[in-house]
Amino acid sequence: MLKINNLHASVEDKAILRGINLEVKAGEVHAIMGPNGSGKSTLASVIAGKDEYEVTEGEILLENENIDELAPEERAHKGIFLSFQYPVEIPGVSVTNFMKTAINATRKANGLPDMPANEMLKMIREKSEMLEIDRKFLSRSLNEGFSGGEKKRNEIFQMAMLEPKLAILDETDSGLDIDALRIVAKGVNKLRSKDNAVIVITHYQRLLDHIVPDFVHVLFEGRIVKSGGKELAHELEEKGYDWIKEEVNA
Amino acid sequence: MTKYTEDDLREELKTKEYEYGFYTDIESDTFPIGLNEDVVRAISLKKEEPQWMTDWRLEAFRAWEKMIEPEWANVKYVKPDFQSISYYSAPNTKPKYDSLDEVDPELLETFKKLGISLDEQKALAGVAMDVVIDSVSVATTFKKTLNEKGIIFCSMSEAIKEYPELVRKYIGTVVPQKDNFYAALNSAVFSDGSFCYIPKGVRCPMELSTYFRINQANTGQFERTLVVADEGSYVSYLEGCTAPSRDENQLHAAVVELIAMDDAEIKYSTVQNWYPGNSEGKGGVFNFVTKRGLCEKNAKISWTQVETGSAITWKYPSCILKGDNSVGEFYSIAVTNNFQQADTGTKMIHLGKNTKSTIISKGISAGKSQNSYRGLVQISARAENARNFSQCDSLLMGNDCGAHTFPYIEVKNKSSIIEHEATTSKIGEDQIFYCNQRGIDTEKAIALIVNGFSKEVLNKLPMEFAVEAQKLLEISLEGSVG
Repeated sequence: MLKINNLHASVEDKAILRGINLEVKAGEVHAIMGPNGSGKSTLASVIAGKDEYEVTEGEILLENENIDELAPEERAHKGIFLSFQYPVEIPGVSVTNFMKTAINATRKANGLPDMPANEMLKMIREKSEMLEIDRKFLSRSLNEGFSGGEKKRNEIFQMAMLEPKLAILDETDSGLDIDALRIVAKGVNKLRSKDNAVIVITHYQRLLDHIVPDFVHVLFEGRIVKSGGKELAHELEEKGYDWIKEEVNA
Repeated sequence: MTKYTEDDLREELKTKEYEYGFYTDIESDTFPIGLNEDVVRAISLKKEEPQWMTDWRLEAFRAWEKMIEPEWANVKYVKPDFQSISYYSAPNTKPKYDSLDEVDPELLETFKKLGISLDEQKALAGVAMDVVIDSVSVATTFKKTLNEKGIIFCSMSEAIKEYPELVRKYIGTVVPQKDNFYAALNSAVFSDGSFCYIPKGVRCPMELSTYFRINQANTGQFERTLVVADEGSYVSYLEGCTAPSRDENQLHAAVVELIAMDDAEIKYSTVQNWYPGNSEGKGGVFNFVTKRGLCEKNAKISWTQVETGSAITWKYPSCILKGDNSVGEFYSIAVTNNFQQADTGTKMIHLGKNTKSTIISKGISAGKSQNSYRGLVQISARAENARNFSQCDSLLMGNDCGAHTFPYIEVKNKSSIIEHEATTSKIGEDQIFYCNQRGIDTEKAIALIVNGFSKEVLNKLPMEFAVEAQKLLEISLEGSVG
């Protein structure tokens, strides 16, 4: 699904990613953990194609295709979805209208006609029920005045609507109380299949109790310095990151 | 990784040509350039007007000669040479067609290019059209239905001939001949326009619509519109326009007068898309318009405007809230791009008791344009319990444009409540990236964000107009981001 080879990226000439190697296969869930400033969110943004980051070396392959030259929307059309750590507000644009625009833009790019209104409504109903979202919420302006939890739930709702191949959840657990966390995790788990993959970026173990990863990677100073199974997350929770730093510096 | 920088966007924006930049060759009957009393008399004669109308025009002309072009607006331009303009131009046949088949095919072609074919319009939910092309009405539809209700909807020239008492009674009562420089000029040389009268207690069953179009090189267009809603009546009036590309600046100085008698309501909606000039700031329409409405007791006037065109806009649709409990509303979207300059807003003059006004202004600036809101809320001494709410929001794209707000508030009665809110925001890279990430390209993303920003005003437009307005916003701003 996703293969990252020796990826280096910088912002304003400051190197943030310094040689990332990562392979994510269909059906897998990978967790990326690491201390603040290790480059976790940068990695998510670079995969999604954010302009301000410059890839200086290496490559990103999605289903064996190099996506380096693709604009963010083209990557989205190919099935990459990023759940934002800080979703932006767009006043006056309802969640429903935004979703309709996004879905039809993707369909158009893939040579499909607009989704018929009744199909869209049915999908909205199903996905909002799955994520226990009040439908009144969907006519509100996108993220405007949303609580932290509402914003994150809205991200997962969009993920459910867009049915991506590769979903990257960037600190989706931050700002969520335990109930919201459970609902969001339940939603993500329902969306998991053998055909798609998920990358979960998080500081904490608690989200990984609900979305159980197949692999855990530790990102430190722009490199993946340690990889393991789900037990690695527990170890990090217990011992913190210092021992990793010591290992790296040793 | 593809870099799509602001510079790229700006470049793309510059190459964006005016969509409706074409020119229709219809033989015209055009006056030589220049303006003096004889020209004013000749216009009046050409239009077979009665003596009182000629005198009224002359009075305005003499006043205009002594007036000085105003300079207080926040716009910069080379003043037009009023002696190098032709003041009359009309399609040389003056047809009164029974059906569309008789209309000049080239004219119909023009309508088609504009996407406003009469056929289509006729089919649309009861929209009657009085099409003004180069100053003279050439087609009027739905007249019969309106006649049955006693509604008069015709060209101003026709009204002066057929309903002289009505015109004479009301013309210049809201915007006097000497009101301002451009209004005086218009009063002297107005070519044509629309007249509308809704009798007592009648609710006009359809939206009345006029499409204006400037079509002759170097022809200033001086429209005069008068809408009179008698007691307890209701009318919704739509005005929309586009113009062909021109290198010379074209002057447009219109006057619109609305009169809402006791318990009457007038809704006046405008979509303005005149040629804004090219990306170097060359050409474009000068739009100096005086629009004002008078509200008697319990009456209501609503102005809604979507302004995307013209090189220079100078326009303040206003309400005089004379009667007790009368209501004035102003909803505006003004978009400026490239070198466009707009100085627009409203005046709400509260004279009566319990009068209420609402102002919602949305300014969107891109390119090197300057966009100013200028508004006056005036509460007179006897306007007990007057209320006003004003909201002025500005949206900026890029770093070379400007948004300005000039709110004037004059209060002479302590019982009034006045609220003013203002915001300025910029379309952020983060908003664009968020949309991109969901598969929405940058142009669509801007359209989405701008439509969201303008929603409160777009919602006030009649359905079919709202769709057109939304399209216009997208065309005007394609490719701009900050």
